[in-house]
Amino acid sequence: MVDRPTTRRTILTRGAAAIAALGLAGCEKITDNPFARQVLDGVGGLNRTAQEAILGSEQLAPEYEFSDVSTMFYANGSTDPDDEHYKAMAAKSFVAYKLVVDGLVERPLELTLAELRAMPARTQITRHDCVEGWSCIGQWTGTPLQGVLDRAGVKATARYVVFYCFDTMDDGDPSGPTPFYGSVDLLAARHPQTILAYDMGGKPLEVKYGAPLRLRVERQLGYKMTKYIKRIQLMEDFKDIGQGKGGYWEDSGYQWYAGI
Amino acid sequence: MSNDDAVPKGKKQHLVTLVKRHSVVVRVTHWITVLCLTMLLMSGLQIFNARPQLDFGNKTDFDHPPVAIDSDKVDGKARGYVRIGVHRFDTTGVLGMSDFEGKPTERAFPSWATLPGEQDLGTGRAIHFTFAWLFVANGLVYLVWGFATRHFRRDFVPSRFQWRHIGGEILDHARLRFPKGEKARQYNAIQKITYFLVALVLLPLLVVAGWTMSPGLDAAFPFLLHIFGGRQTARSVHFFAAFGVVLFVLVHVALVLLSGLFNNMRSMISGWYDIGQERGTHG
Repeated sequence: MVDRPTTRRTILTRGAAAIAALGLAGCEKITDNPFARQVLDGVGGLNRTAQEAILGSEQLAPEYEFSDVSTMFYANGSTDPDDEHYKAMAAKSFVAYKLVVDGLVERPLELTLAELRAMPARTQITRHDCVEGWSCIGQWTGTPLQGVLDRAGVKATARYVVFYCFDTMDDGDPSGPTPFYGSVDLLAARHPQTILAYDMGGKPLEVKYGAPLRLRVERQLGYKMTKYIKRIQLMEDFKDIGQGKGGYWEDSGYQWYAGI
Repeated sequence: MSNDDAVPKGKKQHLVTLVKRHSVVVRVTHWITVLCLTMLLMSGLQIFNARPQLDFGNKTDFDHPPVAIDSDKVDGKARGYVRIGVHRFDTTGVLGMSDFEGKPTERAFPSWATLPGEQDLGTGRAIHFTFAWLFVANGLVYLVWGFATRHFRRDFVPSRFQWRHIGGEILDHARLRFPKGEKARQYNAIQKITYFLVALVLLPLLVVAGWTMSPGLDAAFPFLLHIFGGRQTARSVHFFAAFGVVLFVLVHVALVLLSGLFNNMRSMISGWYDIGQERGTHG
């Protein structure tokens, strides 16, 4: 092998230095390093791009048998919203509940639970994967989000579906508890398994699981599946909501794309 | 050595015989792998800490996990445990309960082993995926090159002669007698088998088990779940395979130290390895 030390060595040294810098950046407080932060955020985008290239719009998350359903489905995040209006509705089986659909739509909607239940329904037994690493299997029934979006008529400029919720997260913010919200893109929103679920195991959702209406986005992690939905807004961008990352958990440091 | 009359009795004269042991691809990919595995291990332990238990199948057993790291309070003092089935081992100070910024804290793996040091799942995941991409890209370069140049065939498959003498080689290894001279020109059988298993079995298994934890990839490639028999099994395999890599690295580094740190480091940095022929042996 003939050695050409200058050129190759220079390239290798520079490459090694760049990689080492990235490595060292990881050992520091990484969130304080703008370059490292940029790299990490970039990788979040790369995960999304790569999975979208592999995943068709129709490929389904695996579905399971009824006998696979978890005996104890773990409930985390908020399990009992404090909101007075919510509590009053919950006390009366959510008969007064109305889902608001607005933003970049032709026809803003207000849908009661009865109206949602009258729409086409889908029942699916799926695995719920939490970002923490655990999994539970549950049976969900709800109406495909796609149908609700079509009924409202999504404008061409809309790119994201933002979900506003009744629950708040008390994360020590001096200005008070933070309202919970989340978002998905239209690819996830229009997926056949993406439903607004009102039943679990054939019974109306319990409060701890997100009554009266929660999102199921089966090809992503649990933190995308907002509970206690009160309003759906079609938007071009979510940068002006919360801290601009597209959801409560995203604002707290999780990646927006949660297919991994 | 008996016919070595040029050398005073009792003294061996060491002749430096440098051979080109590692190609540039092996050296560069080796050190990128070292960086990646370090970052992946530490960020992986951070992620594991979010749910420090291991399960099998597709579901988590919250009440009776097969393997778990946990803690409880005895007389007001926190104790850390590793639980395997019904057995419980006190690991206070390292696993389950350890000091974080001077205060005893209930956490599975201690702060010094995780990245970031504090509990921060989001950043841990971001670091893990960053180095996972680098690791896979780097690994692909290595694998493609290794097959294309017949590096694996040549260097990772023991010769018939080596298979026949593997018993003696194991004994030599146990006595920490390392081959020199002509025999050191190639990897010995134990090295070949080990590198084969780590580079071509264990590390790819680790990657595929990692993919299986992704709900997106499970939708794209449902067979991933069938390979392992469930997402939680894949998670456990990922963990134990990482543990296997740690064991390999410990033995690997120990043998590097015992068989000549300088020579080994030189060969993995510059490529040149001294097979240390003793004068007289080959006269």
